[in-house]
Amino acid sequence: MIKKALTLLIAILIAFWFLTPIVLIVLSSLTPSAEYYDPHRILPRSLTLNHLRSLFVTLGGWRATLNSIQVAGISIGISFLFGLPAAYALTRFVFRGKNSIRLAILLTRSFPVLIIGIPLLTLYMRIGISDTLLGVALAHTSMVLPFVVLISSSIIGGISVEYEEAGMIFGLSRFASFMRITMPLVLPGLAASAIFAFIMSWNEVFVAAILTVGNRTLPAHILNAAMTAPDYFKFAAGTIMAVPAMIFIFFTRKYLMSLWGISLK
Amino acid sequence: MTYKKGITPYLYFIPVIAFLIMFLGYPLIETFRLAFTHPTEPLGNFLRVTRTGEMWKALRYTLMISAIVVPAQLVFALALALFINMRFKGYLFLLYIISIPLALSDVSAALMSYSIFSPSGYVNKILMNLGMADSPIYFFGRGFETRAFWVIVITEIWRATPLVFVILLAGLQSVNKEYLEAADIFGFSRWTKLRKIILPILKPAILSALLIRTLFAFQIFGVAWLLTGRDIPILAGEAYYWQSIRYNSNVAASYGLVIALISIIISWIYLIVLRSREVEGARA
Repeated sequence: MIKKALTLLIAILIAFWFLTPIVLIVLSSLTPSAEYYDPHRILPRSLTLNHLRSLFVTLGGWRATLNSIQVAGISIGISFLFGLPAAYALTRFVFRGKNSIRLAILLTRSFPVLIIGIPLLTLYMRIGISDTLLGVALAHTSMVLPFVVLISSSIIGGISVEYEEAGMIFGLSRFASFMRITMPLVLPGLAASAIFAFIMSWNEVFVAAILTVGNRTLPAHILNAAMTAPDYFKFAAGTIMAVPAMIFIFFTRKYLMSLWGISLK
Repeated sequence: MTYKKGITPYLYFIPVIAFLIMFLGYPLIETFRLAFTHPTEPLGNFLRVTRTGEMWKALRYTLMISAIVVPAQLVFALALALFINMRFKGYLFLLYIISIPLALSDVSAALMSYSIFSPSGYVNKILMNLGMADSPIYFFGRGFETRAFWVIVITEIWRATPLVFVILLAGLQSVNKEYLEAADIFGFSRWTKLRKIILPILKPAILSALLIRTLFAFQIFGVAWLLTGRDIPILAGEAYYWQSIRYNSNVAASYGLVIALISIIISWIYLIVLRSREVEGARA
């Protein structure tokens, strides 16, 4: 009994620690400015959507959000287009140098991706894609692509190759066999990793802020504007950055754990 | 498995490898070139920021933040993982709550911290309502660097502990229940079980969590930059400052190179530790 109560108490404390900042940023983004600045008032008497509205409408938040979605979409697209063949080869073929290739891809994950922003800026100016969403998306792809290769190869590896071989015996091509037999089975897992890739790109701020001036993604826009913007802008910005991420985590919570390599039953 | 001779399997990797050479390999080389390009002396870009002490200050702060944040996260995450692994009623719900910060950006985390620690923030509201402070306590700005430093540390611990936590929790799944039951029969204490059974089995997970977190800790940017600007200078923040505000790619690249070199050294140490562990395993 005492043990149960103690467990519950610790669980509540942990939940409190992790949830409080999230609750407070949402609360502060909904609190009228006068009430936020009133030191004697902790909880507001009324809530307002004005801050979120002005962030979206007058302070460029909506455009930046659309930019962020486009950047993430392009980099997920390229990552899967380039990454799936490699993931397929890693699981379905045996060949010399396979482990070295896998290790090389794994090692790029320890590469500090933020440093590529500076040299890419000069490259983009030369080839004429500076300050474009494509430029940011390509930079984000170098962060997302190795992740997609590794995670997809572990997902595809979970489906036995024998189904595909049976398909090929019955006359399907290698590609058709993969698309019609394995693909439907791995699709949920790949969708979860695409969502994860979306969050990686959605959250990336350093490279995006360096590569763009006019076409900023949401975090880059916030980073740039926060220095001079009023407090309510910061709270509204913190909230709209956090909400999509939390929704995605909720929908992928089953996969989230397997994305980090565990099966917790 | 299909055994493949010839070049067919390698063709599948051409897009990935070509892309990574173009967007990771080339920028790395270009970072070197930019960092060492200076009108008069090859080390000029470094000297410009080491003579004034700026780079040392940024390096020192980045090291100090990493040295506090990484071990704190490890201890906190281990405790959380052991707690969740008890699988009490409702543990999945708590697991979901703990994993929320995994999806949050450093930008959101910084702004959350700001809403709590700003002069009109919730900490000050609560302290003033309880009568524990007459006027707002300042956590940011000139003259309050020590407090700002600790706010950054707390924010980083809050934000990134869940990453360490999921890796350790994954590792805990490979601890065989029978070992623990055997230990119970021999009357081992909880502490002995943790030290002699769980931690050794968890060592690979601990090492990879440490590697990932140390690498990321040296790239800390959003939290420090948004909360303190250059009051608490950090390596990535200085790179951003020199690139986006001073328009000097060469000095910015010098900072980038320092981050890259630190990452290479950390990965290298990790590989050595990992290899020596394998040798140990082979002997045993």
